[in-house]
Amino acid sequence: MIALLMRDLRLAVRAGGGFGLGLAFFLIVTVLVPFGVGPENELLSKIAPGVLWIGALLACLLSLDRIFALDWEDGSLDLLATAPLPMEGIVSIKALAHWITTGLPLVLAAPALGVLLSLPPTGYLWVVVSLLLGTPALSVIGTFGAALTVSLKRGGLLMSLLVLPLYVPTLIFGAEVARRGAMGLTVETPLLMLAGISFGAIALLPFASAAVLRINLR
Amino acid sequence: MELSVKNLAVARGGVPVLEGVNFALRAGRALVLRGPNGAGKTTLLRTIAGLQPAFEGEVQGAEDRIAYAGHSDGIKAMLSVAENLRFWAQVFNRSEIDGALDGFNLRDLEDRNAGSLSAGQKRRLGLARLMVSGRQVWILDEPTVSLDAASVALFAEAVRRHLAEGGSALMATHIDLGLDEAEVFDVSPYRAKPRVSAADEAFL
Repeated sequence: MIALLMRDLRLAVRAGGGFGLGLAFFLIVTVLVPFGVGPENELLSKIAPGVLWIGALLACLLSLDRIFALDWEDGSLDLLATAPLPMEGIVSIKALAHWITTGLPLVLAAPALGVLLSLPPTGYLWVVVSLLLGTPALSVIGTFGAALTVSLKRGGLLMSLLVLPLYVPTLIFGAEVARRGAMGLTVETPLLMLAGISFGAIALLPFASAAVLRINLR
Repeated sequence: MELSVKNLAVARGGVPVLEGVNFALRAGRALVLRGPNGAGKTTLLRTIAGLQPAFEGEVQGAEDRIAYAGHSDGIKAMLSVAENLRFWAQVFNRSEIDGALDGFNLRDLEDRNAGSLSAGQKRRLGLARLMVSGRQVWILDEPTVSLDAASVALFAEAVRRHLAEGGSALMATHIDLGLDEAEVFDVSPYRAKPRVSAADEAFL
């Protein structure tokens, strides 16, 4: 399991591995929004939490089809399925590797990019906390979508259509935590909902992903 | 312990291709599957490897004992030859890769990126993976594709060593490897009669 995680991380940072793809996209979105919206600080600081969340979500979505597609194409997935690792473990590690290479950099970059959107000072903590809690759910749900569409060539469109509705609850509660935090309101309720979604997804979805992957390998 | 297949029927895309297949593979023996293209050799091997469920019948003694090598080698182009092998060794809870590097004459290529290997060299790396797996039963689907004569000899030698150590091998190939231990099993008499699949098999 550790070997698989290390291999995926190593592949991600080598040429063509796609590390930084999501981060670059996130950077582009947050840099362009102030140009598009105009230089009104008040408006920008109002929409900043939502923009950061949507940017992070789309950046996650962008790199999802790499989770299984490459292993599927070169036959590694067949070989992994016959290896002594349980399929649930394989998909969990794949989701973890995706989170480390995509989700975690987004969390760390969010405060810096918040400056560009004149995020209120009270908001930084809650933007980071909400992304830290929410991005694992995005990776796990995305892994499920990638497992569903792995046997389709160019299945990216179908995967986006399948995954986006599943992302909506995470987005609603994650952005709500960030928005309330930025306005200095109490964040307890959406924070608990967000945590519930994340932990529920992490606990249940690997079994679903493993099942659909087995069917796709036939 | 032997690998045995009892009254096995296998299906490709929900349509049975082979039925009533029976054989047993004892330790130290090799079984070579023969049959025309599309006869179901690959489907049979994938079923025995556990990648797809049997349509009918059962496979015994395959659980956690097989190492499978299919049409593609599962090689990561951006990792070096040694890194690829070491990864698979770790997956199978082992660490020794020297025997496999020497066995398939990959020592000189050890530090090369796997992406820059030729087709035959990639195949050799894919076969070397079987040696690091330490599994008893090798299941090989057309293992000699793109290998030259010298590499085929290396491969035959590796199989011979594996059998001598008490392992066994099940392979689909049309090349005579010169193995005394090998029996030939022709799948063409087991072609399935046309019939309708019972239900949507994806959800069974």
